[in-house]
Amino acid sequence: MSVLIDVQGLGKTFTDTTMRLGPKRPPVRAVESVSFQIHQGEALAVVGESGCGKSTLGRLLLHLIEASEGRVMFENRDMSAMSRHEIRQLRQRMQMVFQDPFGSLSPRRTVADIIAEPMDSFGLTKSRKDRREKVAELLDLVGLPPSYMDRRPRQFSGGQRQRIGIARAISVDPAFIVADEPVSALDVSIQAQIINLMQDLQEKRGFSFLFIAHDLAVVRHVADRVAVMYLGRIVEMGTKAQIYSSPHHPYTEALMSAAPRPDPAARSNRIILEGDVPSPSNVPSGCPFRTRCPLAAEICSVERPPLIEVEPGHTAACHFATPYPIAQRSPAT
Amino acid sequence: MTDASTAEASAELVAEREALAPEPGFREAFAQVILERPSTRIAFVVVVLFILIAVFAPLLAPHDPLRQSILQINRQPSWDHWLGTDQFGRDVLSRLIHGSQNSLIFGLLSPVFAAFFGTLLGVTAGYMGGIVDRVISRVIDMLMAFPELLLAILIAAALGGSFWNIVVVLTVAFTPGFARVARASTMAVKQEPYVEAAVAAGVSTPRIIFRHIVPNIAAPIVVLMALWSASSIRIEATLSFLGIGTQPPNPSWGNIIRDGLSNMFATQWPIAAGGLAITIVVLAISIIGDSVRDFLDPETNQ
Repeated sequence: MSVLIDVQGLGKTFTDTTMRLGPKRPPVRAVESVSFQIHQGEALAVVGESGCGKSTLGRLLLHLIEASEGRVMFENRDMSAMSRHEIRQLRQRMQMVFQDPFGSLSPRRTVADIIAEPMDSFGLTKSRKDRREKVAELLDLVGLPPSYMDRRPRQFSGGQRQRIGIARAISVDPAFIVADEPVSALDVSIQAQIINLMQDLQEKRGFSFLFIAHDLAVVRHVADRVAVMYLGRIVEMGTKAQIYSSPHHPYTEALMSAAPRPDPAARSNRIILEGDVPSPSNVPSGCPFRTRCPLAAEICSVERPPLIEVEPGHTAACHFATPYPIAQRSPAT
Repeated sequence: MTDASTAEASAELVAEREALAPEPGFREAFAQVILERPSTRIAFVVVVLFILIAVFAPLLAPHDPLRQSILQINRQPSWDHWLGTDQFGRDVLSRLIHGSQNSLIFGLLSPVFAAFFGTLLGVTAGYMGGIVDRVISRVIDMLMAFPELLLAILIAAALGGSFWNIVVVLTVAFTPGFARVARASTMAVKQEPYVEAAVAAGVSTPRIIFRHIVPNIAAPIVVLMALWSASSIRIEATLSFLGIGTQPPNPSWGNIIRDGLSNMFATQWPIAAGGLAITIVVLAISIIGDSVRDFLDPETNQ
């Protein structure tokens, strides 16, 4: 598998740019020194709490916002060095599915207009008839009757709208899709359908995938690899099997224990994290997770733990990360 | 993935019911809006009627609007002069009919021009942001500092009160209002997820502006246009009243009222008729503006 996307030390700091008088709001480090690779046809899931910078990361990858540091290489080309025109041309190869199925479809336009928008932008629709045929094909692909194409978004349910959004994203046959919490706004009963749909499509079309989610349960079905984010940083990353069977970062373990399980007996050892997520404008010294970490020791407030490889392809940023999973570790003193 | 339809069956049923009537095309929908509300229908008929009157003024007017007659000054309404005569013995009805040309052209021309330029400036400022926004906004602020009447008097004094000068003045005077509204609406619409979706889909900036921004800010612009059409007729009347609008002896609704005012105690018909004509047209345009706003707003257009 060749590398499609290579993220190198990516970071984004939002600063207060208003012209108001008075003190400026402190800068927010939404994403900090994030590096990873996405291979062709691979699905990488990014998991983390609200505000951990996962959506910002998705937008950085698509160059919807500009990075403050680091760079994104798409097919070995540095996106930060590209002109606006080149970026726009590149959008044909990378698309996005949005979190909000209501806001992300213009209420004014028909389903056909919405789905054909990317194709129209790149001149991929030759005639009206050709356009309608392609839209019908896409609607069929996402499990909606082609006869719906002349309706407007307000006539559809959340799940149906998300299908429309997915049809729009795959219309130009992209190599890479960012799905920003595509199911978090949907009913649980619909979530599984949408996830299955995206998986089916990924198998059929072979695109790479960045799947953003806030719980590990959703990700389990989609991802090949999982990255766990906390306060703008990746704290653990590995294959799905590695992350789920042997988490090495205490935050990952806490997230896993928070995922609802159908078996009541299995719920007993849930880890409850104390306190709130610190503000990304005032990140704790050393390890950002130390304020809530059950393992926190002195070294954690002094030194930031680097991402170390605990086993091949599995990295974790914790001073206590060893080749042994947390469960087998004795609490640090 | 075919089992999707069963699980979403209930939602689909709702959608199905709502969608029984096929989504109307733009023209049908517009006709529907005009015809649906009796008030809008009447307003539409009134405006069309006044436009026809203005176009066919020479054929409709029973008398020459400029012909004076010392023998027939300040007459009350009669079969010969339906609205009586003024202090020069001119037929008020004929003057009103001919005056509609000037008044309507002023009423419609400047707001349309101003809406065009104002929207252009406002959308550019709102969408681009940054330094472009600051420059445009300051220019707009500067223009806004001038009361439109003062601006009109200034230009009229400098260049003379010709027809096109007044149109230009009113356009310049109205533009900042449109620009402000367009800018604020653009900044709001720009935050909508579907605009980001369009950017992510690879849509070019001009296309985003014309497809996603402009249609979504059209509603307030149209209302403003109706509002300013009304004001425009009124300001033309004021300018004529002050003697820098339509030049006598040519009639406009404004200077009919002005002439009538100085002669109020001899006959009230010119003031009453001119005022009524302005009121009716302004009201009709406002009603149409409101309906078009509702039509353009997808939230109320259910």
